[in-house]
Amino acid sequence: MQTIFSWSQVSRRGVMALVLAAGVAFAAPYAQAAPKTAATIGMTVEPGGLDPTIGAQVMIGQVTWQNVFEGLTTIDKAGKVQPQLAESWDVSEDGKTYTFKLRQGVKFHNGVAFDSSVAKFTLDRARGADSVNPQKRYFTSIDTIETPDAATLVLKLKQPTGSLLYWFGWPAAVMVEPSTAADNKTNPVGTGPFVFGSWAKGTKVDLKKNADYWNKDVAVKLDTASFRFINDPQAQSAALTAGDVDAFPEFGVPELVASFEGNDKLATVIGNTELKVVAGMNNSRKPFSDKKVRQALMMAVDRAMVVEGAWSGLGTPIGSHYTPNDRGYKDLTGVYPYDVEKAKALLAEAGYPDGFSFTMKAPQMAYAQRSSQILQALFAEIGVTMNIETTEFPAKWVADVLKAADYDMTIVAHAEPMDIDIYARDPYYFNYKNPAFNEVLAKVEASTDASEQDRLYGEAQTILANDVPSLFLFVMPKLGIWDKKLKGLWENEPIPSNVLTEVHWEE
Amino acid sequence: MAGIFRRPVLMIGLVVTLALVGVALLSLVWTPSLPSKMNIVQRLKPPLGLGGLLGTDQFGRDVTSMLMVGAWNSLSTSFLAVAIGATVGSAVGVIVAMRRGWLELIVMRGCDIIFAVPPILSAMMLGAFLGSGRFTAIIAIAVFMVPVFARLTLAAAKQIWARDYVTAAIGIGRSKAKITLVHILPNISNQIIVQVTIQLGLAILTEAGLSFLGLGMPPPAPTWGRMLADSQTFFGQAPWLAILPGLAIALAVLGLNMLGDGLRDMLDPKAKAG
Repeated sequence: MQTIFSWSQVSRRGVMALVLAAGVAFAAPYAQAAPKTAATIGMTVEPGGLDPTIGAQVMIGQVTWQNVFEGLTTIDKAGKVQPQLAESWDVSEDGKTYTFKLRQGVKFHNGVAFDSSVAKFTLDRARGADSVNPQKRYFTSIDTIETPDAATLVLKLKQPTGSLLYWFGWPAAVMVEPSTAADNKTNPVGTGPFVFGSWAKGTKVDLKKNADYWNKDVAVKLDTASFRFINDPQAQSAALTAGDVDAFPEFGVPELVASFEGNDKLATVIGNTELKVVAGMNNSRKPFSDKKVRQALMMAVDRAMVVEGAWSGLGTPIGSHYTPNDRGYKDLTGVYPYDVEKAKALLAEAGYPDGFSFTMKAPQMAYAQRSSQILQALFAEIGVTMNIETTEFPAKWVADVLKAADYDMTIVAHAEPMDIDIYARDPYYFNYKNPAFNEVLAKVEASTDASEQDRLYGEAQTILANDVPSLFLFVMPKLGIWDKKLKGLWENEPIPSNVLTEVHWEE
Repeated sequence: MAGIFRRPVLMIGLVVTLALVGVALLSLVWTPSLPSKMNIVQRLKPPLGLGGLLGTDQFGRDVTSMLMVGAWNSLSTSFLAVAIGATVGSAVGVIVAMRRGWLELIVMRGCDIIFAVPPILSAMMLGAFLGSGRFTAIIAIAVFMVPVFARLTLAAAKQIWARDYVTAAIGIGRSKAKITLVHILPNISNQIIVQVTIQLGLAILTEAGLSFLGLGMPPPAPTWGRMLADSQTFFGQAPWLAILPGLAIALAVLGLNMLGDGLRDMLDPKAKAG
């Protein structure tokens, strides 16, 4: 019926258009008659796999999280924890027992029902001895997992873990089905509103609507969705203008953003992210093992200049590994402000009056390359020579820097929200070891009082700002560019994601 | 020498090339400002204004100074590469011409293989082994130049070997090595010089291509190719950032090609008739 109606409408309008001597108008009513149910989302870097529980790349979650996979809890667009596959939960007085009431009637895309045994399997897989979960430490506080019945999951913790429910909302904590877990890297099977379709390596990932989606409260409007991977900034811009991609939620080129302003087809939406651009140093390697050297380098950096030169001024300087959106944020950019003379003096005090030279392993992304070149010029002012070695991201960078920690300095945008605890990880590529810092973070987890936690986060930020394990540069904005008719994409990014549940075309 | 003035192609080529070499040499002792000096406040300023003669780039660096130092980086890299390629290639060529036989077959097929791989590709492979940088760029371009000179010198030397005076020299018992040095090389040197000039233009283009892809000299050393690569996303706001290095590359290649053509007209006995 619908089809017949639209066709009649088209031909009637078509005739009218012809009468008005405008044959071009024929296409427009046709587009109106059949609302679009497909969307193509552009991304800069292609993920190496599609299982967020075994790979650290944020791109994995940006394709699959909330689209294919779901967790016990989820994080909404305001950054708040919301129930998802766990309907509700009870936390005991001492904060050591969590009782989850699991949602019933949820099925994985392969038809297997979600129940407490699946949840237990997922958590055991994530915390097991041979787990490769990128956030494995989030599960270490779990002592025992009990499943009294199919709808109940009881976690007994070794110590109170204040962030547990928040962590359960992360891509790394999504629920996986035991029989498909091993193949999720190439053929992800989850409970989400979209079913994995195909993956053309190097080009795109196709998803299609899950007709049996459990959550009847949301009406998923898209029938199909694709993630297209376009690395080249010019090509990104061209693809948007030509309509080959409908949205670039994280457009990679700030200097081209201005060119979209005034475009009557595309909207520019600048939002918040958690993308902290930091120049990590190998804290166990000379001369970076000396705190004074790191502080001197920090004082040699004019953050405003870095933001202006690298990201066309679209960014916020930071003084620690924390963003202004995060709870308990403190502006610590004044701890080691730009001061060439003091930087030189401190460097001399550390035993390097004539400076030194080292190698920066910079990924190929524009922000990293440009920031590196600016740092190179800034360090030259205090007599420090920095050689830039372009290190291909992700493969080579992950192998050399993240895994092997074989580097002097590197630069990368850390995408995970509230990931200040990476400085407490051992091993982690910074090789930063400070028991006092670890203790503060342990106190955060032990506390259940939100304001006390915020205060402790402030303390942790201050320790980092003083120790300078990395040069804290700036937070990137989310440069979203998408078709004005495409609605429902997240404006801000409290967690790296491209949630398609509410995405639809406005008619 | 008066002949030069009657050859406009040679004249223009010579003037452009000399101007380029002059700028490159000047950059060693003087540039309007330090090419690596950033001044973010003055970023993306158009030419002939606050940004100096040729404007400033996205970091507020002086484009004039960068182009000048870029000329030196580009010319010196290309010259070294062509020098290596010409020396090795010519040596191979004359030696093969002297020996002939199975050696000729092997060397010529080897040249075919090298020719089959584009220089950009071989540079990328080399870069993976050696790490990208000036050395990689020089070697990559030189490797590509070797077969060019080997083929040229082999063909030219074979002609000379067939001359009567060479047969006479063989007749009086001169060694092949001696004949190569005394008779062959001097008689093919003109062709080598012409080829060097033409290949220099090609080398500059290849060097710019490698720098464009990030396989050339690393920053902060300015190169025309990287200036061009960096300018891409700024084209709307600052078109001079793309136009100027592009113009520099085009001018350098044009100048060297015209010089090469002019020299061939003047020096090559076969072309003289025309």
